[in-house]
Parts: sequence; C-alpha cells; structure tokens
Amino acid sequence: MLFYALLSIGALALLFGAILGYSAIRFRVESDPLVEQIDSILPQTQCGQCGYPGCKPYAEAIANGDDINKCPPGGEATIKQLAELMGVEPKPLDAAHGVEDVKKVAFIREDECIGCTKCIQACPVDAILGAAKQMHTVIVDECTGCDLCVEPCPVDCIDMVPLEPTAQSWKWDLNNTPAGDIPIKMVS
Amino acid sequence: MNTLYEAVIERLDQNNLWQFPGGVHPPGQKERSNTQPIQRMSIPEVLYVPVKQHTGVEGDIIVTVGESVLKGQPLTRSSLPFAVPVHAPTSGKITEITPQPSAHPSGVPEMAITLVPDGNDTCAMLKPLSQYQQLPKSTVIEAICDAGISGLGGAGFPTHIKVSPTKPIDFLIINGIECEPYISSDDRLMREHAWQIRQGIDVLNYLIEPKCIIVAVEDNKPQAIEALTIACQDSEHYRVVSVPTVYPAGGEKQLVQVLTGREIPRKGLPADVGCVMFNVGTCYAIADAIFSGKPLTERVVTITGSAIEEPQNVWAMLGTPVLHLLTHAGYLPHKQQEQHVIMGGPMMGFTVTRLTVPVVKITNCLLVPAKNELPAPEDERACIRCGFCADVCPATLLPQQLYWYSKSKEYDNAEEYNLFDCIECGACAYVCPSEIPLVHYYRKAKADIRNLRDEKDKSDKAKARFEARKARLLAEKEAREEKHRLAAQARKQAMEKSDSGAKDKIAAALARAKAKKSQSTENSESPQSTAQEKKAQVQAAVARAKAKKAQTAQNETTSADKKAQVQAAVVRAKAKKAQTAQNETTSADKKPDADTASNNKTSGTQVQDQPEMSDAERQKREKIAQAIARAKARKLNQQNSSGDS
Repeated sequence: MLFYALLSIGALALLFGAILGYSAIRFRVESDPLVEQIDSILPQTQCGQCGYPGCKPYAEAIANGDDINKCPPGGEATIKQLAELMGVEPKPLDAAHGVEDVKKVAFIREDECIGCTKCIQACPVDAILGAAKQMHTVIVDECTGCDLCVEPCPVDCIDMVPLEPTAQSWKWDLNNTPAGDIPIKMVS
Repeated sequence: MNTLYEAVIERLDQNNLWQFPGGVHPPGQKERSNTQPIQRMSIPEVLYVPVKQHTGVEGDIIVTVGESVLKGQPLTRSSLPFAVPVHAPTSGKITEITPQPSAHPSGVPEMAITLVPDGNDTCAMLKPLSQYQQLPKSTVIEAICDAGISGLGGAGFPTHIKVSPTKPIDFLIINGIECEPYISSDDRLMREHAWQIRQGIDVLNYLIEPKCIIVAVEDNKPQAIEALTIACQDSEHYRVVSVPTVYPAGGEKQLVQVLTGREIPRKGLPADVGCVMFNVGTCYAIADAIFSGKPLTERVVTITGSAIEEPQNVWAMLGTPVLHLLTHAGYLPHKQQEQHVIMGGPMMGFTVTRLTVPVVKITNCLLVPAKNELPAPEDERACIRCGFCADVCPATLLPQQLYWYSKSKEYDNAEEYNLFDCIECGACAYVCPSEIPLVHYYRKAKADIRNLRDEKDKSDKAKARFEARKARLLAEKEAREEKHRLAAQARKQAMEKSDSGAKDKIAAALARAKAKKSQSTENSESPQSTAQEKKAQVQAAVARAKAKKAQTAQNETTSADKKAQVQAAVVRAKAKKAQTAQNETTSADKKPDADTASNNKTSGTQVQDQPEMSDAERQKREKIAQAIARAKARKLNQQNSSGDS
C-alpha cells in the first residue's frame, strides 16, 4: 500500500516538474537586462563627464558596481532613480565630475566659423551640420548640451547657451505665482 | 444605459437629460455684463498679434518689418496640417517682429507681430463663398483654415481638423453653455447674432453631415435660448436644448455625457462616441469666413468685475493689449489692493503678468475683481480628508490622492490615479474647506510630467543618434579596411598574371634596387666602419706595444745572457790574470830569495804543482768555469723568463 502511495506521489511530482520545466522555457518572459535599464535612466547626453565614453559604458560600469553619482547632466533625479533601481542609498553628486547646471545647448557664432569640421567630428549625436570650409550650425533640437564640441574648436566660436523656457516647457512655480491665482475660490 | 441614437433622441424629445457626476453651483454673476449690447471699441494704438494662438504649430511669418498691411491680410502661412494662420486685425504698419509677453500664466515671451494701426481700418479684398453648397467640401474646409479659425471656446483646437471627421457623426453639438461665472460673451453673441450662428451651423452641417444637431444652452440664458430657437425653427433636425445650470457643464466630455449619455473614453475624442462639438463663437466665425470672406480678426470679450466701472462685452481685435480694454470699460485701480487682472473666468482663468498682454483667439473674459470680491486665498491649511473634492469631481477622480502624489512629486502614482483625466475645472478647489489650491498642484504635476516625457523622448532620440553614429563610424572603418584589402589583392593578382619576362624584369629591377639599397646602406654606414677601423688600429697599436714589451723582456733575457757571458768573460779574465799572476810568481819564484821561497814552499810547491799539471788541468778548470757560467746564465735566463711570464 505504502509503495503505491509513494509511487503515485513520485509520478505526480515528476509530471508537475516536467510541466513546470517546460513552461519555464516555453513561456519565459524576456526581462530587460540591467544595463539596458540603467542606460534608459541615464540622460543620454553622451558627454563623457562620468569618465566613460558615453552613457552605455557608464551603465555597464554601474552594473559592475561603479558609483551612481557621476552623472552631472542627470543630476539628483537620475541618482535617485539609479539608487532605486540598484537598491543602494542615493548619495550627492560627485563634484569631481562636474556640477548640475541648467540645460544648455551649443551655439556656433556663424560669422567666426572657419569650417574646419572639428566640432562635427566631436559631436556624439550628429547634431552639427556643415561641410569643410562651409559654415557649421547646431541643430538645437538634437543637441544634448554635452560640451564636447567647444574644446576642439580652433577659433573658439562655440558657446554653450542656456535654453530659455517656452510656454510649453514652463513649470508652474507655486512659490512665485501671484496670490489669488487659479483657481479662485468663490465661497468657503 | 441605452445610448443608441434613437434612445438619445427619445430622451431629448422628453427633455430628460443625463447628468455628469459631481459639479458645483457657484453664483453666476453674469447679469453684471450681459445686459448691454456688445460694444465697439476705438482702434488701439498698437496691436501685438502672437503668431501662435491655437493648439498646434505656428505658421511662417510672411510679412516684414516696415510693411504696410490691410485689415484681414494674412501674416503667417503654413502647409502643415495643424497650422492656422493669423491675420492683421486692422490696416497699419508692422513695426516689430519680436517675442512679446504672452497670454499664458507664465507670461513667457512668444513671437508676436507688432502692428501700429493707421486708423483707417482699410480692408483687404474679401472672397466670400456664398454658394458653398455647390463647392467641394475641401474648398470650404480650406476657406475655414485660411480664415484662421480655431476653437473659440477655450482649447483653441484648429477647426479645419474637426470639420473633417473620419468617423460617422450622430450628433453635432453646438456649445452655448458658458458655465463659468462672470462670463457672458457667448450669451450676448447668441442673443444678438443668433441668425449668423445658425448660418455657421449650416456650413458645419454641410461639412459633417450629422444625423442630428443639438444646440445646447444653459437654462440661465433664456433670451439666448429663445433667439436660437427662432433662428433654428425651420429645420427639423436642429434642436435647441436647455441644459440645467451646473459647473462645469460646458466641458466637452461633460456636455456630451449630459446630452447623449455617452462617455468619451480617456485619451479619446468626441468622434469616438459619434459626437463633435463647436462653440457658438466658432460657428459665428465660420459664417463670417464663408459668407463674407472675413478672417478671424476679432472676438467678443467680457470685461467684468467690481473694479470695472461699466462691465460689458466688446468686440476686441485680436492682439489688443489688455490695458486698452480696461481703459475702455473704466478700470478702477483704487478698488484693488494690487493690480490683479484675470484672463478667463474665476474658475479656470489665470492672472496676466502685465497689462500689455494681448487678447488672443481663446480670450473670452477679463475679470478685474475688487479687493473683497473674491475671497483672498488664505494660507493653505492641511487637508482634513473631508472628501468633498471627490464628491464634486466631474471626472470621478480622487483629488485628494492626486494632491498627495502631486505634492510629494510621486508622479508615477499620480498618473496611475489618472491625473491626465483631470480637466482642471477647479471644482475641487472651490469646495475645499482647507483652501488648498488643488488645481495648481495638478497643473504643476502635469507640466513636470510632460517635461519629463519630453526629456525622455529627447534622450531616446539622442541615444538612437549616438548609436547610429557609432554604427556608421564602424561601417566606414570596415569599408576602408575592405577597400585596402581588395586593392592589395588586386596588386598581387596583377603581379601573378604578368608574364615571366616582365617578372624577370621586375626581378632585375628588384635586384638593382636591392643593390642600390645595399650600396647606399654601405655608404651610409661608412662612419661606422671608420670607427671600427680606428678600433682595429688601436687594437693593433696595443698589440704592437705588447710585442715591444715582450721584445724588451726578451732583450732583458739576452742582457742576462750577456751578463752571464760577461761573468764568464770576467771568470776567464780572472783565470787569465791568475795564470799571469802564477806565471809572474813562477818567474818571481825563479828569482826569489830563499825566505820567500821557503815561506811559500808549500804554496810554492802547490803553485809549483799547478804549472806542473798545467795545461790539461787548466783547460778542465776553464771548461768547468764556463759550464758554471753557462748554468748560471741559464738559471738567470730561466728566472727572467719566469719573471716575464
């Protein structure tokens, strides 16, 4: 009697094991690899301020245990997100890699441009338009403000200009809104 | 709930409307301004016409500074679908095209065309389409677009997009609700221009072909209802419906729900439930554009509030600075504690940043409250979780939760609680006993989330471009290497293919080249060789010096030999001397006295003996001495050589 009981339990265990094993392979959910997740948090300026040649390499470094506070363009918000993802304590931005700044874009003073194409080669996102001995210009919408084009310019005609807020990008500032602004209470 | 077309019509017949959840009943305050007819103002001294006054994209500016323009002349143009042109509201000269403070809560400068009117108000040639029913729809739609018409109700959506729906439309709804307190511009327009609104509805009817047209007016505007009923009485499927007054019944989603019982899905459009909605002001503008060819250059604006001497409605040119309207109606600044002008109504409007802000297509009201007219917002107090806000929310959201999440910037949670379904009507803040400016928090959260999304989009784009660039550089490098490899291969093949003669020649040439090369190497190496030679010379000199030394050593040996010889010679000489001395002695012995002879007897005997054994013995002795000398010399020699070695 006991033998049959053991046999049937064993057979059931094998059967369910096989079913589970099969479904584990058949219905496997492809999870986003950690590096991809980290990379998607990083701001993708490709500026290299973290000391790595681009955001992806830094993402790989973080996955391998590097500090999460080396990204000045991402700033505090990025550090918080990374801390949450990696399950570590958020720490202040490492000042050795730069400080958090307002969003800027490159601007070429076009009269002074000599058309050397050096900035074009330096731009990690192909945001500079131009040809040899022709004037170059920055495509503002594509510029990540990484600063990498400023240094190679032989005539120093590239400035980093802060982006002016537009009506679309403007944020409500609760502290500075005039008193009595919307919504206006009629009766209390 | 049956919301099929027939059921809806049945309920409309019985005037048994639906209800939307929540809503509030603020005091109307409309009678302040709705008793006077709409007035005409003087032409302002300057107009700031923003190039973008609607939802969508702005057109390209087609005028230049210094150009004189006529009334109704287009100032921008674009072929993009969501672009709507703006027109010169009056004749005059363009003095500036620069960013000016915008009609936006931020007051952030936006591109505007500054027009100084010449006072003549000369109109450009107008092209009416009076026989529009014989024209293709696309022509009529184009005319509407070219007239710069966008929704005048508040959202400013381009009208030409809305009049060409892709889905079959059951209900064309004309929105004359105007639910926000104080505002009466639509009310006056409906009372005074009901017929023109009807004409606009006719155009929409031709374009959209709905099954039924509902003109909805709140029941607090009986005169407007009457005027529109008269205007629409000749047509069977035009229904003028009186809607119970409750705020915010004029919201698009809410009005559709009230009239048809259908709910617009979130992120959906009214067209998804077979409805499309236009404001009465938009209908008026469409009629203007089609029947008289007039583009949208003015609109009705309510100027009201206790700090206004004569609250009224006026026809305001788009671009008129707020200050001009206030001056016209009599602004009483002393009634205000500080300058406070609200564009829009008290529930959804915003405080303008300065009085040069222009009237735009969506400006329906300027509210200038006196000191105590609107309760000053007290300092915000803590939420007491009374839940009133959830009761009045017309979108059935949970304003309290949204407030917590927005305040603590937990935007993921806020979105999960459908923050973006909030229509920002302000009903929740209106009932809040703790004076929390709830909508403010929602607006900020929405703006932040939109910015985050934009940034995310931008970073995704940057990533894609970065990766594309990397791939391109890699491909270029590989292509270059491949080219080099192929070129090398081609050279090799060409060499193999060529005949042996050529090969020989090449070999000969190679050999020559090699020879030349080696020669040149030699030449080039000569200084080195001289150095080597020098070295060799030095070595030779050293060798010579050594040899000399060795020779001297040998000479020394020879000198030793000489010494030996000298000694031998000395020995010999001594021997000779001795012999001579003996010989002398013997001679002296021959002539000695006896004593000397007797003294020297022994010796004499010996000496005598010596000459006796003389020759043989002498020779022997000499030989021995010589041998000794030689041996000594050899010994010396040996010593020398050993010392040498």
